[in-house]
Amino acid sequence: MAANVITNTWTLTKVRMLLAMRNRTFLFFSLIMPLGFLFFFVLVLAKGRAGWIAYTLGAVLTMTVMGSFWGLSVQLVTFREQGILRRFRLAPIGAGPMLASSIISNYLMTMPTVVIEVLVCRWAFRMTSWGNLWAIFLLVTFGSAAFSAFGLIVASVTNTMQETQIINQLIWTGFLFLSGATIPLAIFPGWIQRLSLFMPATYLATGLEAATTNLAGMREILTDVIALSVGILVAFEISRQLFRWEPEAKVSPRAKLWVVAAMVPFLIFGAYENLAGTRLEQIQKDYHFIQQVESHSDKLRRD
Amino acid sequence: MAEPVIKVEGLYKSYGPVEALRGVSFEVEEGEVFGLLGPNGAGKTSTVEILEGMRTPDRGIARVCGLDPEKSGIEFKEKIGAVLQATSLPDKLRVKEAIELFARFYQRRANTDELLKRFQLDEKRTAFYSQLSGGQKQRLALAMALVNDPQVVFLDEPTAGLDPQVRREIYDIIEELKRDKKTVLLTTHYIEEAERLCDRVAIVDQGRVIALGTPRDLKHASAGTTRIEVRLTKPIADGALARLDGVTDCREFDGAYVMHSSRAPQTIVALVKQLEAEDNELQSLEMFSPSLEDAFIELTGRRLRE
Repeated sequence: MAANVITNTWTLTKVRMLLAMRNRTFLFFSLIMPLGFLFFFVLVLAKGRAGWIAYTLGAVLTMTVMGSFWGLSVQLVTFREQGILRRFRLAPIGAGPMLASSIISNYLMTMPTVVIEVLVCRWAFRMTSWGNLWAIFLLVTFGSAAFSAFGLIVASVTNTMQETQIINQLIWTGFLFLSGATIPLAIFPGWIQRLSLFMPATYLATGLEAATTNLAGMREILTDVIALSVGILVAFEISRQLFRWEPEAKVSPRAKLWVVAAMVPFLIFGAYENLAGTRLEQIQKDYHFIQQVESHSDKLRRD
Repeated sequence: MAEPVIKVEGLYKSYGPVEALRGVSFEVEEGEVFGLLGPNGAGKTSTVEILEGMRTPDRGIARVCGLDPEKSGIEFKEKIGAVLQATSLPDKLRVKEAIELFARFYQRRANTDELLKRFQLDEKRTAFYSQLSGGQKQRLALAMALVNDPQVVFLDEPTAGLDPQVRREIYDIIEELKRDKKTVLLTTHYIEEAERLCDRVAIVDQGRVIALGTPRDLKHASAGTTRIEVRLTKPIADGALARLDGVTDCREFDGAYVMHSSRAPQTIVALVKQLEAEDNELQSLEMFSPSLEDAFIELTGRRLRE
């Protein structure tokens, strides 16, 4: 039984990767756009300064990993609306392998982009160090799985593609601008910083930024990894429970409240960080440290 | 006596206020090709999808190979193959990849290369799903339904919307399944299909089985009458045609008068005389030997494709 589940999951994973590679839209959003962001961030925002390049890499990696959220929800809803999932339902496979294969294939397809981004920063933009590669690897892995699982929840609780796009847009905007992925969290007013601690994206963004700038080791990213892991488990189970094969099977408004349940781990982590944690302090410290180093370097260059 | 392979007893299913099934019952024996014949919305697809485990009945019993389709999970799915009313696959999946993908899900697997040859898809093995014609897509759906060499095959309107040549190709495939002693449950609204392929037919209308038997028995039940369909230049008075010599039944459908006659030559002579007397003329006249369509008209007062 377990062997069947693993075999079916792997079979579906391979097919999903194959389909993704044949999809130009997927290649644009998963490879070309993240690299576009990288060049823009490094050349325009970081202005080629070593410390900021590493910090920027963390932000770009966060955006690359978070892209899973958008892609997977759209893909699952498309498959459901087109009646493709119905055909799979006739076969001896369950919702688990269908969902797990989405997450695994997405992870495997995201990794090359992540590697290219790190290599470009290190070799082309002369980033001074590799950062903490193990920490980056763990955060990318758990982050990709967590955001894929969040995307699957959106697919599970929305009834149409239009609804999916609207909800994705709303959540994505929050993830992008309030987590430190685009604008450094340290420069936001205090209340926004406190609010951001309730968002999963914050754990990924701050963790990756600390890992790429070499300001965090495995111990420092432990909370981020735990937060993302709990997110994966809760989100996966909820999307498995709410999974629908049929295009006409609509989810009840009450079932949509499960999305709140998926956020519970982050509400707990957020509450803890707000009351007893040192994350915000650390974020400020890291940001100002890079700022000081960079202004010192600027001064040396001018002299 | 052996247990029937498919057993349906008092099946009820509603979608909101619409009652799709209102006590459907029938049994299908091993190796039999059984047809559900009825117009659109009669409840055929609901019945088949309950038997495939894709829908839950409100009431009643559905068993396939002694298993409850809804609760038996993988064991049940290993035993069945199915063609849905509309099959859809990812556009960028190649024919060979699709059939191999589905074969890998099963413990018992048919040879996929042989299936592709048998369904004349060998030349299309590297084509994307989006590049196939309607007939090729349907042949692929049939091939995919057989990847696990199933005991029972469900075919939900397998030829709907296909041109006559492709339809005949699919008939050949179903006849092959019959020779292989597969148990087949087929839904259709094509009379020709039911008459040619099915050992037994259940005529379904408005969620009920209204007649069940071999196509021959059902045709004979329409009393061996000949169907005469006429179109006239002017309408004719109510009941005038029904009183003609030999006419057992007359109804009007879309401007055509459909009569059933036990003495066709006498009916035609009487018809011509009647029309002359009324200064009316024939636009067209067609005669048909008894068919399942007649059985359906007699039972429901409607044509099958209304």
